[in-house]
Amino acid sequence: MKTLEKYFSTGWFLVAPFLVIVAAFYLGPILNILWLSFTDPTSGVGNYSALYESNSLARIIWTTVRVCIITTLFSVLFGYVIAYAMVHSMENKINFMLGFVLVSFWISILVRTFSWLMLLGRNGLVNNVLESAGIISEPIAFMRNELGVLIGMVHYMVPYAVLPLLVNMQALDLRLMNASRNLGASGTQTFWLIYLPLTAPGLVASTLLVFILSLGFYVTPAVLGGGKVLMVAEYIYVQLLVTLQWGTAAMLATLMLFGVLSLLYLMSRFMKLSTVFGGTSS
Amino acid sequence: MRPGLFTHFNHMGAWVVLLFLVTPALIAIPVSLTPKRFLSMPEGEYSLRHFAKLFTSPDWLSSFFQSAVIGLSTAALATVLGTLCAIGLWRVSSKYSEVVRAFLLLPMVIPQIISAMAFYRLWVPLGLLDTYAGMILAHTILATPLVLITASASLANFDPKLEQASKNLGASNWVTMRRVILPSIKPGVFSGALFAFILSWDEIVVTLFVSKFNIFTLPRRMWNGIRENTDPTVAAAAVVLIAITLIAFAVFALISRRNTMRSRT
Repeated sequence: MKTLEKYFSTGWFLVAPFLVIVAAFYLGPILNILWLSFTDPTSGVGNYSALYESNSLARIIWTTVRVCIITTLFSVLFGYVIAYAMVHSMENKINFMLGFVLVSFWISILVRTFSWLMLLGRNGLVNNVLESAGIISEPIAFMRNELGVLIGMVHYMVPYAVLPLLVNMQALDLRLMNASRNLGASGTQTFWLIYLPLTAPGLVASTLLVFILSLGFYVTPAVLGGGKVLMVAEYIYVQLLVTLQWGTAAMLATLMLFGVLSLLYLMSRFMKLSTVFGGTSS
Repeated sequence: MRPGLFTHFNHMGAWVVLLFLVTPALIAIPVSLTPKRFLSMPEGEYSLRHFAKLFTSPDWLSSFFQSAVIGLSTAALATVLGTLCAIGLWRVSSKYSEVVRAFLLLPMVIPQIISAMAFYRLWVPLGLLDTYAGMILAHTILATPLVLITASASLANFDPKLEQASKNLGASNWVTMRRVILPSIKPGVFSGALFAFILSWDEIVVTLFVSKFNIFTLPRRMWNGIRENTDPTVAAAAVVLIAITLIAFAVFALISRRNTMRSRT
């Protein structure tokens, strides 16, 4: 045993069970899907060249990227506002605000989607209130369009945007801001020239995190888009479970996978990934 | 810095966003109390009939039961696997272990729709489609990285000298792990278990792919209700889920507060 330990840490035995499970039941089929994207229905790059030939595929990808970019912009902006207010509050108020963020983080995605359905529908609460207040005469179409998808997605993503920003802001040395004020800079100048650049790593991490999560998001676009806003995840779902065509879906999944992995690599250079994902626990 | 106009605006903005995050879910409460048979806001009259239906309908009850079985099994398996992994990687601590760690976190970071495709692809030939085993295995693979992260976070604060001391005093590897390491990383393991349960309890995308008729979890039944968009029982279920979330959150907050207090003293 002792000689073995010299070359090979026994810790690997503890890692082995899950490592084997992931390799066999997860990595295996994912590699199979990558393979399928080149072989189904015929071998070659036919699935990929369809990207240039088919307008509908290009439109789906463009819709996905556009919705994800807008979602990310708003989520990070809102997240920044919350995180900034939190680090500039008393401790008991910080916990209270963090409680709000975490509760919304924990409420089931299905409950939230259902709530938006009740609020934003043609006869939903928002339209009814606006109409009875006399602000609008015709119900506003909040749903079955991109607006509804964006509202639902931003609502889901804000907590994810807050956490990396909060970790970043809490680690800042506040004396730098005081120094800037003492040297004669105004509050606005201090914010733009000192504070904002210092929070750049948090901003990048939170932007990439939200964008990555948005890319593969299925539930909210499917329900609030009402079939009118077709994004990649929903298209994959329809291809597999309704029309049973693996080739195109596998190609889209491959693109998404490599997109996400390269963004993650980028992100890992700005922040320790575990602080982003595990930040809620401490 | 004294609070200026900017700070006031910032705080106001932050509270507006925080309310935007939390309040929309509350609409489920009035809708669940409507006396009508379809989704609507109650007008003056309230009724608990949809809650009565939720707790007597065999469909909804079986969904609660199935979700609980799958969630608890997932939490148990993920906690064991994830904790073992965390301790193993912590003990190895080399550049290889960090590569392996990144690899093991993949199920958490790869978009769920791709994971769903992968499970569906493999479960069909294995005959695991629409079975408890298939659901639990899929959820365990997705949830174990969460335990790995929380347990590793606890291990980062664990003093390796304690392990040395235990071994020098003659304890075997197994005894050291059970009596020395595990008790010190308990908070991380518990929160990991809780996260794993929540993930499974709330999981819908993979569930839509790998279940059909026999397995019909709570999220799946809610999903159907949302798609049909008529039955107010969904609203009652949503209220129950919100209540469970709030209770779980309170428990979690109490536990973590107790732990920080203990670590301060």
